[in-house]
Amino acid sequence: MNNASTQRRVGLAILAWTITCLIFFPIFWMILTGFKTEAQAVASPTLFFTPTLESYVEVQGRADYFKFAWNSVYVSVGSTLLALLIGIPAAYSMAFLPTKRTKGTLLWMLSTKMLPPVGVLVPIYLIFRDLGLLDTRTGLTFVYTLMNLPIVVWMLYTFFKDLPKDILEASRMDGASTLQEVLLLLIPLTLPGIASTGLLSVILSWNEAFWSLNLTSSSAAPLTAYIASFSSPEGLFWAKLSAASTMAIAPILIFGWLTQKQMVRGLTFGAVK
Amino acid sequence: MATRASGRTVGGLRSLSLQAPAVTLLLIWMLVPLGMTLWFSFQRYNLLMPGMGGFAGLENYRYLLTDPALWSSMGTTLILVGSVLAISVIGGTLLAVLYQQDFFGRGVARVLAISPFFIMPTVSALVWKNMMMHPSNGVLAWFNGLFGLPAIDWFSSYPLLSIIIIVSWQWLPFALLILLTAMQSLDDDQVEAARMDGAGPVAIFFFITLPHLKRAISVVIMIQMIFLLTIFAEIFVTTSGGPGLATTNLAYLIYIRALLEFDVGGASAGGVIAIILANIVAIFLVRMVAKNLED
Amino acid sequence: MSTLQLKQITKSFDDTHVIKGVDLEVNDREFVVFVGPSGCGKSTLLRIIAGLESASSGDLVIDGKRINDVGPADRGLAMVFQSYALYPHMTVEDNMGFSLRLAGESKEARRTKVMEAARILQLEPLLDRKPKALSGGQRQRVAIGRAIVRNPSIFLFDEPLSNLDAALRVQMRIELARLHEELDATMIYVTHDQIEAMTMADKIVVLQGGEVEQVGSPMELYHHPCNRFVAGFIGSPKMNFLPVETVNADADGVEVTLPGGRPCRVPVTAGDTRPGAALELGIRPEHLMLDDEGPLEGEIQVIERLGGQTSLYITMGETLLTLMADGDVSHRVHDKVRFGFEPGRAHLFDAEGLALTSLERHHLAGLKRQDHRG
Repeated sequence: MNNASTQRRVGLAILAWTITCLIFFPIFWMILTGFKTEAQAVASPTLFFTPTLESYVEVQGRADYFKFAWNSVYVSVGSTLLALLIGIPAAYSMAFLPTKRTKGTLLWMLSTKMLPPVGVLVPIYLIFRDLGLLDTRTGLTFVYTLMNLPIVVWMLYTFFKDLPKDILEASRMDGASTLQEVLLLLIPLTLPGIASTGLLSVILSWNEAFWSLNLTSSSAAPLTAYIASFSSPEGLFWAKLSAASTMAIAPILIFGWLTQKQMVRGLTFGAVK
Repeated sequence: MATRASGRTVGGLRSLSLQAPAVTLLLIWMLVPLGMTLWFSFQRYNLLMPGMGGFAGLENYRYLLTDPALWSSMGTTLILVGSVLAISVIGGTLLAVLYQQDFFGRGVARVLAISPFFIMPTVSALVWKNMMMHPSNGVLAWFNGLFGLPAIDWFSSYPLLSIIIIVSWQWLPFALLILLTAMQSLDDDQVEAARMDGAGPVAIFFFITLPHLKRAISVVIMIQMIFLLTIFAEIFVTTSGGPGLATTNLAYLIYIRALLEFDVGGASAGGVIAIILANIVAIFLVRMVAKNLED
Repeated sequence: MSTLQLKQITKSFDDTHVIKGVDLEVNDREFVVFVGPSGCGKSTLLRIIAGLESASSGDLVIDGKRINDVGPADRGLAMVFQSYALYPHMTVEDNMGFSLRLAGESKEARRTKVMEAARILQLEPLLDRKPKALSGGQRQRVAIGRAIVRNPSIFLFDEPLSNLDAALRVQMRIELARLHEELDATMIYVTHDQIEAMTMADKIVVLQGGEVEQVGSPMELYHHPCNRFVAGFIGSPKMNFLPVETVNADADGVEVTLPGGRPCRVPVTAGDTRPGAALELGIRPEHLMLDDEGPLEGEIQVIERLGGQTSLYITMGETLLTLMADGDVSHRVHDKVRFGFEPGRAHLFDAEGLALTSLERHHLAGLKRQDHRG
């Protein structure tokens, strides 16, 4: 290795890591602040302090943090399971029993994603009010199911398409019914794909903030809405905000790191592998 | 001939029945609210004035289209979408090239750099508002202080820019994630062949890398467009659309009309306009995806 | 007893006619090979028989019963796929026993049948492995084993050897022939490789463009191709074709003028061939002989020496001919050579590409593979 090339490599590493640190800094700072006291949090920024779990304890103690967290889990997992339940048969038929209409149907599903939620906020709000679904987990779960259904179907479709058709045909020759085909072959064989589809759906629901802010107020509010309540001036407790936020994003951040590769395929409708 | 007909229909029916739940639900989800929005937009309908109902004709639209708030919010929407797209696509491409190089701790650096995408929007907005951009206690203010510069009150001096920074911080990592993945499928032989042909790093970027990323970039633009057109939470928790209307985009304007002013008719008319705008964009986008589906 | 009849089977996808009215009889315990270039419809035909595709029209009859509307699993057939289509998440044993499991057979019954198939295919040591841990040839055997376990009335093979390397292919070919004998079952085999067809079939069905070109035993197809397509497709290297002109046609054969002007009398029925008609003469490379007195002359362009044999590629005007010569010929590239052939070995094709029938049938043309066994 000659000198110029070594210099270049070191320079590259420094550049890349500087940018990485800049991008990651707000998250790092938030996590750090969560371990400070309120007084330290608003003091002049410093890396050196005695870490304390005070804020975590306090966040968990007051404000029903767990109620919000439970709402988030309920709504995102529930909507994901529902979307998978509806999406798997649809994606199966699109991937393995394609008709002339299949492509059109897929594109139409995608186009429903392009309908801006604000455009239908008013009617959904009113329907929910009349059906008593406002501020209920059921209502929000339902919205998230439909919100993610197109992406779930698309993503499953791209994963199913990768499964050699022969294998399903062989099972048909072996006497498998459609249900057996799906349960004994399709699902076990595409489990990683189904799992990453599910995780993406959980992530999208977990982080969703438009419907949760507009359709819930207290009893069904998930973490997005809870965190948003810190925006009011009287809610300015930075350490507690940071601690609550850290807890709110930690699971999703880890999910995201784990599934980033498959997620790209799903998010780009299979166009980027 | 009988066989042919029955064979076809049975297969078609099976495929139809499997898709039915998904298609029906989405159809209802799309058509019912859409129809209602359209209907309300022609009604005089304010939740605060129950007695004032009735057909309004184009009154809501006339009111809305002559309202400077609409035009300013559309402008805000365009600036927001345009600048975030530009920042994330250009920045994402450059960073993808950088993170594709071999350097110490590359794997960890990549994971850290894409992290902001997974942060819920309310959290990232609040972190930026309170801990980064806060005029007295924020990190940026402290940083300015190191150089003896005055602290900037970001949200009152540069409200829209602040929002753009926050949203870009969330979406640039997304572009990076997609483009980096696309980059990994770039054929090494192709790069080496280009090098044999005497191409330098810059030439390789423009003639090999960029064309290879074209499809990924178009997908990034499409997805971001879908989400950016309806940015809401970031505005909701930071500026609430202000000061004045400085950071009110179309989504936020409709929210104000509907849930703060209870003007269902007016909000619906705004919704219809948002849908029309989105559809204009969608026509191009769907066509783009359809083309991607071909290969 | 398992016989299969196809009656006027057609298949269309939208406006494309893939199968254009195929009639075929498959007898009990016969090894039938569908062969043809890619896109000829041979795989589609097999999939129609399997029940994976439905015929657009026509009847499919097994043992006298019309089975068009019977599901694939209930036709009593088993199929071996080109890609093997093994279930990657199941062990070899589970792969082979899957159909029995679906049919609700007990664990013991399954085990017995799987063990029996494993014995035939020498798969016993591999039963606990997953397909990933098997070599190509082993996977192939598992796929066959999965078919055997079902004890089908007819085995279907869809290009089963095309994913194997050359050496393994030869070995599997022998093994399949042995299996056919041992199981004594009816088999239908699809391939694009005419060597597989020639070596394994009792009956070859040559397909092109969704139509049957010729059905017959390997030797019949080799010695009496009914048209130019079959003549060119069967046999390797390919048959040579020369433009010739009819001089005379009578009961003793057809006399033609070869390129270069020499006459040649081919012992075929004249039909309505008249003097002056343009015909094509087909002669296989192995039937061309170097001969200083031969009627044909050309220049050697390429020589491929295989040791025992030497292929000479000879140009004669615009035509490129292949000649299989002895391994010891000492000719060099660009040598001018004379060569000829026995007229009885030659074929004549009319303007439509149809063969003029030989006056005498080749003595092996009726040979069935079973006949080798005596």
